[in-house]
Amino acid sequence: MLTVSSRLKDSPKLPLIKNGIKKRRHILDLDDFAMEEIDGIFQAADAMKEILQRDIRKVPTLRGKTIITLFHESSTRTRVSFEQAGKILSADVINVSSSGSSVEKGESLYNTALTLQAMNADVVIMRHPHSGAPNFLARHLGLSVINAGDGGHAHPTQGLLDLYTIRNHFGNIAGLKVTIVGDILYSRVARSNLWGLTRMGAHVVLCAPPTLMPIDFTSGCHRVEGHPFSSVVIETNVDKAIQGADVVMPLRLQLERQEAGHLPTLREYSRTYGISAPRLALAKPGALVMHPGPMNEGVEIDSVVAHGVQSVIEEQVRNGVAIRMALLYGITSPIDEQGTGR
Amino acid sequence: MVHSVLSPDEIRRALTRIAHEALERNMGPSHLVFVGLHTRGVPLARRLSSLISQFEGYAPPVGALDIGPYRDDVSRSRPKIQPTDMPMSINDKPVILVDDVLYTGRSTRAAMDALTDFGRPSQIQLAVLIDRGHRELPIRADYVGKNLPTAPDEEVQVFLEEIDERDGVTLMRGNDC
Repeated sequence: MLTVSSRLKDSPKLPLIKNGIKKRRHILDLDDFAMEEIDGIFQAADAMKEILQRDIRKVPTLRGKTIITLFHESSTRTRVSFEQAGKILSADVINVSSSGSSVEKGESLYNTALTLQAMNADVVIMRHPHSGAPNFLARHLGLSVINAGDGGHAHPTQGLLDLYTIRNHFGNIAGLKVTIVGDILYSRVARSNLWGLTRMGAHVVLCAPPTLMPIDFTSGCHRVEGHPFSSVVIETNVDKAIQGADVVMPLRLQLERQEAGHLPTLREYSRTYGISAPRLALAKPGALVMHPGPMNEGVEIDSVVAHGVQSVIEEQVRNGVAIRMALLYGITSPIDEQGTGR
Repeated sequence: MVHSVLSPDEIRRALTRIAHEALERNMGPSHLVFVGLHTRGVPLARRLSSLISQFEGYAPPVGALDIGPYRDDVSRSRPKIQPTDMPMSINDKPVILVDDVLYTGRSTRAAMDALTDFGRPSQIQLAVLIDRGHRELPIRADYVGKNLPTAPDEEVQVFLEEIDERDGVTLMRGNDC
């Protein structure tokens, strides 16, 4: 449904590399982010975090730029977080959701996007139920595209804010054991975290019922020498997976999964895979509990754990704004060769 | 050709003079606040504060300001951005902005914008180690370490112990840049 080959524009220029940092126009996935670039984003996010703590939370950086959020799926925190990030940087942020827009009248993605481009938007932030939809826009439009979640593919800004939260607590990410529990099969958050965490040198353990683990993840092909995921461990027993973890990240279990036959009952899932206080005690003392939200309390995570002292879930939301400000700052302005201006 | 413009001793003497001038002009150190501009303005501001504490027994507070988000050319260049740190109130106090080189004046304009987001200083003054001319805005420095006439294609580089592991200022001729 996404092929419009006759109307293709020139594909976007390849990112330039200066001082080891890529000049990006789009943020579509974390698979091509180098460690150095991620560190650079963290550094900018530190500066943005300071702006968030001021009395006057507004800087004129993106004055006169227009950012459009184009959400074809529901979202609270991601959309609000992007909107807040854009507004603090003084950009004009316009929100478009599929309900209430021409999408309901059957307008194609391409035509919606052309309309937004004709309105001189500088950045489109997009969420779409189909994997690859943001890549499609990036290929065909002359503006910056940020992927805010596409199907089961990627959610790069969530991945970066998770990495940033971990880095802020432990000082670095390399060598930490991070256990991700839940619906790995459908989770774009898990995929983006997997790219980011392995790139930063973390030991990742993925844990899910066999029906919610991608088949090729269990067949052992991920253990190929030199493959970015060669260090990832697949574990179906959650207690073993959590043992000695520095970070425990349960994923939201979409309630539709039971209807699709992936799970016998939610109660059983909660009992065998839900993160309860006794289960969390198997992790390292002081291990962090993270969740990309929204949570199904009592299913993948107990309320006691979700709101306990080890939970950094609200901090993830706060960090999300800083990370998104850093990314908007980065993609809307070209790189300065000297790294400083006068 | 690279010319040395200031030696470590000359930098120290220039800063000592600026510290005295600032004390004289503001009638003592009691309300004074120094705000350094990232990157090299910050150690210079710290040095001025510690010089004043040697003379007066009181070290004025030092802030660090990143002007990246306030620049008027963000769509042309992307300066590296560092956290701002303003540990004190600047309301109704004389604030001395400190930078290494004054050139077009655009950084100073951005710094004044940034500063006013933190409060309303009674005055904003400007101290720079080098004034190299070529102003594009109606801005002048209140305290200058050295006036250095330059051509636009020359490059002034300031090195500071805290960042570059040595003190010094050099001028590089255009065709070497």
